[in-house]
Amino acid sequence: MDESTREPVAADPAPTESAFSVAVPVGLGLFPLGLAFGALVVHAGLSWWWATVFSTIVYAGSLEFLLVGMAVSGVPLAQVAVSTLLVNSRHVFYSLSFPLHNVDSKVGKAYATFALTDEAYAVTTSPEAQRWTSRQIIGVQVFFQVCWVGGATLGALAGAVLPLDKLDGLDFALTALFVVLAIEAYRDRPDRVTAAVAVVCAGVALAISREHMLPIAFAGFTAVQVWRARRHPIEVPAAAP
Amino acid sequence: MNPVAIAAVVAVAAGITWGLRALPFAALAPLRQNALLAQLRITMPLGIMVILTIYTVSGIDATGENVITYGVGILVTAVLQLWKRHVSISILVGTAVHMALVAWIG
Repeated sequence: MDESTREPVAADPAPTESAFSVAVPVGLGLFPLGLAFGALVVHAGLSWWWATVFSTIVYAGSLEFLLVGMAVSGVPLAQVAVSTLLVNSRHVFYSLSFPLHNVDSKVGKAYATFALTDEAYAVTTSPEAQRWTSRQIIGVQVFFQVCWVGGATLGALAGAVLPLDKLDGLDFALTALFVVLAIEAYRDRPDRVTAAVAVVCAGVALAISREHMLPIAFAGFTAVQVWRARRHPIEVPAAAP
Repeated sequence: MNPVAIAAVVAVAAGITWGLRALPFAALAPLRQNALLAQLRITMPLGIMVILTIYTVSGIDATGENVITYGVGILVTAVLQLWKRHVSISILVGTAVHMALVAWIG
């Protein structure tokens, strides 16, 4: 990473509020999802504190739901590695727009990449987010992780005492979160063709393999978008340097 | 269940996830000015969120109950978001409606 040639981005005091006004609702959406994850951990037969360990150290929402099942059934580590690669391969693209260059310290950069979840990506794709300061970016990411770990821990503790059917359907929060993030991405850039391409790629991927739907859909979507971009280049405002 | 085995699962998944998130910055960030990547950068978010949405419901069997509980839940979430634009309210109300339907007909 060559950051030395980049101009430091001027600190602007105004966006603090906007950074958090964008982040707080998403963090509040993560909380019920964390509850669902915590309840699942206990339901699978693990001690409650594994919910805290998973959500703190792995910190990758949808993958954690899968991992609990794998941890309990004792699948080989190679299978855990392959599943992680497949489910999380989309994160490769997040480096294109995440404003890591605004984060100053090495520790900060290490944490910012560690905590680069779908939600952190979604709130930093807006043009305004390119001007967020180091503090704002890390602050938003820490806030998201506190919501997630807090939800997971409480969910596990609650799952240990409550009958589990009271929490049936709580995992819908993940679907609701992505519906909302998709609507906001559309509002930022109303592009029906891209939305349609994504739906078709998801459908084709499901038809090919339910189990490996994510990597197939992302590979197909990326390929079509590259092809479209080559055929019809559009004027794109310059990225933050 | 052996805690060491579970810890190994956590370590492997965490290490690979971090690698996938951190390493592309070295490879892709210097290419940010590349026109093709710049165009991908702005068109990817919508598609990624659409695919993730479909992924979260792809493991569900298409029974009548599920179509209603998920369909109505998604509809309520989307309409609230389009109308009021309060992320947390859309998620919480949508999830509550879905859970109520699951308790009622599920």
